[in-house]
Amino acid sequence: MEILVCVKRVPGTSENEIEFNPEGNDIERDELLYGVNEPDNYAVEEALQITARVGGEVTVVTVGGEDDEEVLRREMAMGASHGVLLTDHAFSGSDVRGIAAILQAFVRKGKYDLVLTGVQADDGGAQVGGMLAAMLDYPFACLVNSIEVLDGRKLRISREVEGGNREVSEIELPCVLSIQTGINEPRYVGMRGIRAVGSVPIPTYGAAELALDPNTVGHTAAKVKRMDYFLPALGKGAEMLHGSREEIVARVADLIAAKGGLR
Amino acid sequence: METIQSPAQATYWLVQGRELFLSIYVLGSACFFYIVARRLAPLLRGERDFRFDRPLRRLRNVLQFWLGQWRHPRYRGAGTIHILIFAGFIVLATRAFWVLALGVSDGFVMPGLSGIAGHVYGIVADYASTVVFLCMVIAAIRRLAFKPARYSVPARYGKGHPADAIFLLALIAILMAADSLFQGSKAAALFQQGRTAEFLPVLSLPWIFKNALLSTPLAILQNLHLGAYLVHGLTFFFLLCYRPFGIQFHVETSLFSIFFARLDRGTLKPVRWGIPDEQLGQVKSFGVKKFEDFTWKHMLDFYSCADCGRCSDNCPANTVGRPLSPRFISIKARDYAFQHYPIFGTSGNGKALVGDIYSEDEIWSCTTCRACEEECPLLVEYIDKIVDLRRGLVDAGNVPQSLQRPLKALESRGNPYGKMEKKRADWAAAPQFQQTCAVKVLNGKRADALYFVDSITSYDDRMQAIGRATAEILHHVGEDFGILGAAERDSGHEVRRFGEETLFQALRDHNTEAITASGVRRIVTADPHAYNALKHDYKDVPPVEHISQVIARGVKTGTIKFHPVENGSDVYTYHDPCYLGRHNQIYEEPRNVLDAIPGLKRVEMSRSRDRSFCCGGGGLMLFYEPKEEQRMGVKRVQMAAEAGANVIVTACPFCMVNMEDAIKVAGLEGKMTAIDLAELTQQQIAQKDPKAA
Amino acid sequence: MARIFAYITHRAGIIDDSAAELLTAANKIDPAAPPTAIVTGCGAELDSVCASLCASYAEVWKISDESLAYPNAELIRKALVEVLPPGSIVLAAHEHFGIDLAPGLSIKLGAVFASDLLEIERTEGSLLKVVRQEFGGQVSAHVQCDISSGAVLTIRPGAFKALTTSPANGQVVDKSAEVGTLTAGRRYLETVVAETGDIDITKHNILVSIGRGIQERDNVAIAQDLADALGAAVSCSRPVVDAKWLEKSRQVGSSGKAVKPKVYLACGISGAFQHLAGLKGNPFIIAINKNPKAPIFQVADVGIVDDLLELLPELTNKIHEMRKVAA
Repeated sequence: MEILVCVKRVPGTSENEIEFNPEGNDIERDELLYGVNEPDNYAVEEALQITARVGGEVTVVTVGGEDDEEVLRREMAMGASHGVLLTDHAFSGSDVRGIAAILQAFVRKGKYDLVLTGVQADDGGAQVGGMLAAMLDYPFACLVNSIEVLDGRKLRISREVEGGNREVSEIELPCVLSIQTGINEPRYVGMRGIRAVGSVPIPTYGAAELALDPNTVGHTAAKVKRMDYFLPALGKGAEMLHGSREEIVARVADLIAAKGGLR
Repeated sequence: METIQSPAQATYWLVQGRELFLSIYVLGSACFFYIVARRLAPLLRGERDFRFDRPLRRLRNVLQFWLGQWRHPRYRGAGTIHILIFAGFIVLATRAFWVLALGVSDGFVMPGLSGIAGHVYGIVADYASTVVFLCMVIAAIRRLAFKPARYSVPARYGKGHPADAIFLLALIAILMAADSLFQGSKAAALFQQGRTAEFLPVLSLPWIFKNALLSTPLAILQNLHLGAYLVHGLTFFFLLCYRPFGIQFHVETSLFSIFFARLDRGTLKPVRWGIPDEQLGQVKSFGVKKFEDFTWKHMLDFYSCADCGRCSDNCPANTVGRPLSPRFISIKARDYAFQHYPIFGTSGNGKALVGDIYSEDEIWSCTTCRACEEECPLLVEYIDKIVDLRRGLVDAGNVPQSLQRPLKALESRGNPYGKMEKKRADWAAAPQFQQTCAVKVLNGKRADALYFVDSITSYDDRMQAIGRATAEILHHVGEDFGILGAAERDSGHEVRRFGEETLFQALRDHNTEAITASGVRRIVTADPHAYNALKHDYKDVPPVEHISQVIARGVKTGTIKFHPVENGSDVYTYHDPCYLGRHNQIYEEPRNVLDAIPGLKRVEMSRSRDRSFCCGGGGLMLFYEPKEEQRMGVKRVQMAAEAGANVIVTACPFCMVNMEDAIKVAGLEGKMTAIDLAELTQQQIAQKDPKAA
Repeated sequence: MARIFAYITHRAGIIDDSAAELLTAANKIDPAAPPTAIVTGCGAELDSVCASLCASYAEVWKISDESLAYPNAELIRKALVEVLPPGSIVLAAHEHFGIDLAPGLSIKLGAVFASDLLEIERTEGSLLKVVRQEFGGQVSAHVQCDISSGAVLTIRPGAFKALTTSPANGQVVDKSAEVGTLTAGRRYLETVVAETGDIDITKHNILVSIGRGIQERDNVAIAQDLADALGAAVSCSRPVVDAKWLEKSRQVGSSGKAVKPKVYLACGISGAFQHLAGLKGNPFIIAINKNPKAPIFQVADVGIVDDLLELLPELTNKIHEMRKVAA
């Protein structure tokens, strides 16, 4: 099975407080370290596990610039056979639809049985997978937390739905699935693995190679634009309790008794 | 009247004794050499291991640990028995050869043991065989009636073979008895004939046989004499050939295991012996994945393990119910070798060991505390093997999810928390602290000494206090020191011990460069893990000291003077951090410091110094979630309580994390506190000596 | 202004809470244009859904088809494409169904797509200004969408408070006939229900809920002690389940259980929306977190910046004291 996994490079923000740039239109990115979007990593691991079972190769692709090669290398060090960078000046400033259109053009150039994405990016909104599928007229499922390959070009998948339940479906190939974290345990990749694939060439494709009309992607075509970043109002609803711990504890105990009742 | 026939002259079922015995010896020896050759087969396929340096030091080890049985008395009962048996065997080796020679050469006399010397030796040997015989009886009773817990085999490690041990004891007992009967029967016969026999010492086994047989008819004595000889010969060769099939093989291999044992503490074996770091990129596979990836010495260790259980008895991971028992690291590998390198047939299966004989959790459960290696009478190595197995797992991408995030953070940010580099020196920037003790960041500035802080002390709110106390002490003793600040990276000590050699080397190289650029002449740290890394894992960095050594020196020279403890009713106990104690043998300095504080009452825990009980491990171990029944720290805190202490002093930030957590979990909050040696020192010298001011 | 539609999900004949929230959102886009509800399904269940929607929506479009008995996003997308007029603005809830449906729908409608909206600030001509969050809710962003050719918008559950509206006395318009035979490459088979542990967190009035801030498995006992004192249950957020410190059945959130306690003690929970999505019935939220910037403080009623490992044991003691006094 030939599998394509779309990955994204995102800044790691969970360990450090986010600060804004002086203009206030972006977060301060200089001090942040970028890496592969976590759910995308699960998607690559899942692809590798599938090809280990039924054969085939895994290709990872991303839309971006030179800096984004590092995430491709990391995923290749995990075991992906090929990495492809979709890059062009015309691509910059694309909204999500633009990204999906670029990826769509790349998918059409190859013969992939399965296209995977991570369920959502840290700086995204769980959009690319579904858009890509609709552009390709492929079936789609999101929040996928298990995949089993069946005979006759079909998969048996399950999605994570409310209450921790699993919605089980059959889906025809080729299809697009967006992968939920926890579907597997991604393998570790260290510097040694990345060094080992350090010299593997990563082909790049621009608008011309993908036969994309530059006016349909990039800044000009974008209809959804981020204007600025701002800090969510702190403690909008919460009354912050101050004072000694003893006072706070007494207050909380009273509140619990009043609002919930002590049985 | 003729004396009774000797075995060499006698006829055994139509075969002349001399011929019979000669063929038994030839056959027995041939079998033995063939079996040993087969046993050596995997060693020849093992990885390289450089064990031929410092031969005199190695010889000293042989004298101390092999001939001197140095570590045996640590377990008084079993140790005493073993020493007696070992001494008996040493004495009886000559006797065995002598007696065997009699079967082919009548009246053979050991060269050098004719006349008086021979008689004296005979007396010693008679008592030796008696002692060995008795030891066999006692050991059998121990095994059968008392069943020491450390011999039992938990189900998850396979089946125990208690009958094997008894069988072995019985064989040796038979050997001793047969030899004694052989002599006793002859002496009884000679006595009956009124002739002088070889003197048999009172209450020795031959003496007992002689006296028991005094009225036995000569014909029977003759048969007993010849029969005992045959039994002795057969048992001897059976034992010889049987030994390579179990723990008893250590009789042959222990000498070599001890000679080739690792000589240094605190170090780790390289990924591949003989391959320099810069060429490691060309090595296809790291660490131990399949059996043949072990070095020949490590395979030899598997054969040498006597399954005595002392390692596991002292292993903190085993004690708290983690799925690791060092003893079975050896035994399972030995059984693997026996199964896949059989006496007849083809060898090896090339399968990965983890997932086959070992589990991943087993390999990650080790805190590398060295309690097992400290205890092993045969100097069997465990940490290098565990680390090699981890290297194999890391190379294959098999790293627990909980460890992947800190490892990635170490790769990108140089600390396991993913905190920004620029915040590394924030601990020293607290305004109040800065006023009393300004800490230089060696960014172009010069200093005599470097305080290497390491990650946990730099970033952890609680441990930053240890950092500040350390800085104040250095300040107090007049040290011209600075820190690397944002240029410092994690020492990589645990990174290396968790098998991520490449990442470790990157961290090491970065730090080495920063330290060299700073131009310092000495390094001080308060983190034993950093201390061990800088001392043993790094090359070409200035000499390093732990803060406890600096304090101890200050106390000795008088630059540090203590005020009496405020609360005289507190009872202190010192917990030896593994990487300060066992790995670097710094036991005295911290104790000397404590004892220099006026009014401080100090007790020792039952497990202290080289038998200290690991707090639960540091570095990446804090991120690993082992399966365990109890926390090591809780166990340790309880030991402190049992010793009657209410203040645990330690000298390692990771110990502090684990101790403080454990005090909460054990419900001892308010009854027990933990304090770092640096903090205590700083607290007791807080008010400066007026004369010094 | 284009027509606004709200796609309403329902289960067992009961409309989802999001119906009222979507109404609020629609109102923010254009107060002058009452939105139309769209529901899909079949049979009597669908009829009762339509009937209840008529109370708040002026118009309810229903698409009834046997094949829509189970909400298959691909089939529903195809049905919606058939019936929706060009330039429509479609709203849906940002949950597992909405994110399955919306992106593809936006492509097929040729409309813009913005997901997981927290706020709709204003409309200026064909430009819509909305608020989204990024980086796990650490920062918000203003996003501008050109809705001239329609829009598909998913809104975060709970972000738009339901308004009390006068009865709408809506009418049901049956659009089923406009939809032909529907086929999809994905076929629903079954739903595997998560195992319920021995404790049912949906049935408790007070929940002591723990997140990543509990730090270690052994510390779960600290929360359990408090819960025992309160007669409450211990629930948790996803990281605690991922770490296997508690069973899946204890998890509150969009991938866990929906709970309706009276008091919710969020201990060391940062407050990701996936977690908050599981909090129904407007409980009184007391948040304890070390990080004063934790998003949980935005939604909590009372907030405390403190180490929960130290605070909880004291609270437990206090509760015991109070009980003694009461007894």
